[in-house]
Amino acid sequence: MDTYTLLRQFADSWMLLVMTLLFVGIVAFALRPGSRALHREIANIPLRNDDAPMPADGAAPSVKKGN
Amino acid sequence: MASAAKLIVLGFIAAFAMLGASWGRDLAYQVHMLIILAVSAGLFIWVLRGIGEEKPAPAQNEYMDDVVRAGVIATAFWGVVGFAAGVFIAFQLAYPALNLDLPYTAFSRLRPLHTSAVIFAFGGNALIATSFYVVQRTSAARLWGGNLAWFVFWGYQLFIVLAATGYVLGGTQSREYAEPEWYLDLWLTVVWVAYLAVFMGTIIKRKEPHIYVANWFFLAFIVTVAMLHVVNNLAVPVSIWGSKSYSLFSGVQDALTQWWYGHNAVGFFLTAGFLGMMYYFVPKQAERPVYSYKLSIIHFWALIFLYIWAGPHHLHYTALPDWAQTLGMVFSVMLWMPSWGGMINGLMTLSGAWDKLRTDPVLRMLVVSVGFYGMSTFEGPMMSIKAVNSLSHYTDWTIGHVHSGALGWNGMITFGALYFLTPRLWGRKQLYSLSLVSWHFWLATIGIVLYAASMWVSGITQGLMWREYDSLGFLVNSFADTVAVLHPYYVIRALGGLLFLTGSLIMVYNLWMTVRVGEPKAAPAAVPAQ
Repeated sequence: MDTYTLLRQFADSWMLLVMTLLFVGIVAFALRPGSRALHREIANIPLRNDDAPMPADGAAPSVKKGN
Repeated sequence: MASAAKLIVLGFIAAFAMLGASWGRDLAYQVHMLIILAVSAGLFIWVLRGIGEEKPAPAQNEYMDDVVRAGVIATAFWGVVGFAAGVFIAFQLAYPALNLDLPYTAFSRLRPLHTSAVIFAFGGNALIATSFYVVQRTSAARLWGGNLAWFVFWGYQLFIVLAATGYVLGGTQSREYAEPEWYLDLWLTVVWVAYLAVFMGTIIKRKEPHIYVANWFFLAFIVTVAMLHVVNNLAVPVSIWGSKSYSLFSGVQDALTQWWYGHNAVGFFLTAGFLGMMYYFVPKQAERPVYSYKLSIIHFWALIFLYIWAGPHHLHYTALPDWAQTLGMVFSVMLWMPSWGGMINGLMTLSGAWDKLRTDPVLRMLVVSVGFYGMSTFEGPMMSIKAVNSLSHYTDWTIGHVHSGALGWNGMITFGALYFLTPRLWGRKQLYSLSLVSWHFWLATIGIVLYAASMWVSGITQGLMWREYDSLGFLVNSFADTVAVLHPYYVIRALGGLLFLTGSLIMVYNLWMTVRVGEPKAAPAAVPAQ
């Protein structure tokens, strides 16, 4: 079997399956129960730290600054 | 020590450029070598004069905003240049005398000048500037790499200038949206790797525990464009003293590689990167978090998994194998879902704040851009269906589709971002004039409507005339007939472009006045005004 046919067969079977499962897994992980609070926290990132970086000591990472 | 190394490298480049300018085999190459000579000699003197000077250490408790300010200026500048070039070539199509009978001003040379100026100069500068702004704010960290960000900015401007001068002088490798010759491709690769390093470095040293979704989109844009650029430009130069090179691929493989690049340049440069802008600037301007963060994660991964396969739809009914054409079509149609998921996510961010659309023209601009994103990602998959494509392909319909996406989605969201950034970066309380923003908004919107509508009519006219044949099987129309009938639509298109260009000039005036006479922000900002 030449390389093309071999790769093509692999792409059509196992690779396709792996990619599909990976994608379904990512979606399931995003929708997992209990992630709502975390996602709300992440979604608020743009609304803080508008004017200056967080200090190096990393104090109080979730304090809401700015607007 | 570092200065000595820089001087040696710059001296070497200048010497090489001198040889290239005299031994170069073609005009574009020789002129490029003269430009490189001037730049490297200038930098040599600048570095030499700076030796022994005290350089203040950058303040780690401030964001690095001067490079973003430069990016805002460059974006506005290249935007006007690119739109003006577009208006000019639109009038050339309506009135061929405007080609001026010179090779340098022929449509075929100015067209890549226009596409590269708007996509890579205007869009690219917008992406670099906004990604540097956004990654700092969402990581709560200063840009990584110190002056490397400046290298990215100036290196990219040099690439733009060399590409543009090359097109006018006939230096092109004739790959659509990848016209620059081999040595420019190598230079862009160096700049792009530095860009990736600055962006990744900032994300790695972030103070926020999570990577905000906008940064995922920006990162996908940077990494994928690097991969596309390198693979599509694999070529063997004929000589180190000339711009001619031969692609590593040939025949249908070459075509497929080119459109794998071409479509993903749309997918990752003009879509993923600008979605990064959407996921930051829409929530900021609406002053509320994105509608659904979960949906944004699914939007991202669905786009990444699907987009890379859509390219073959540019090669329907060609020598490309049938299965590959069908694959491209199917994946394009599947892209409907993530695109509309993203559009809904952007629009619904305004839920509970819709009233702001009445008072805030900047938000209106951002929302309309998301609307155009939805419309062009509806039209695109539809046009990739083979039956539709048999009518639309090679006609002006494609041009109309591209421009409703580029002017509506990319243009409008960039304008919104510039209106958002300028007062903040220069420490101004607000924009100079909101009514001028409204003027810009309406001129641009009406311009796009004229453009898209005239191109629909002319594209479908063209497509129908090309395929019309009589009872004996002879084609009814000669090609010249199909061109002559399009004249009125070409004039309407050019006028639409003129409105869009006028709007952008109003924006430049408004931003200029914001910086010049705008009232300083009451509380002293952490970023000093310039």
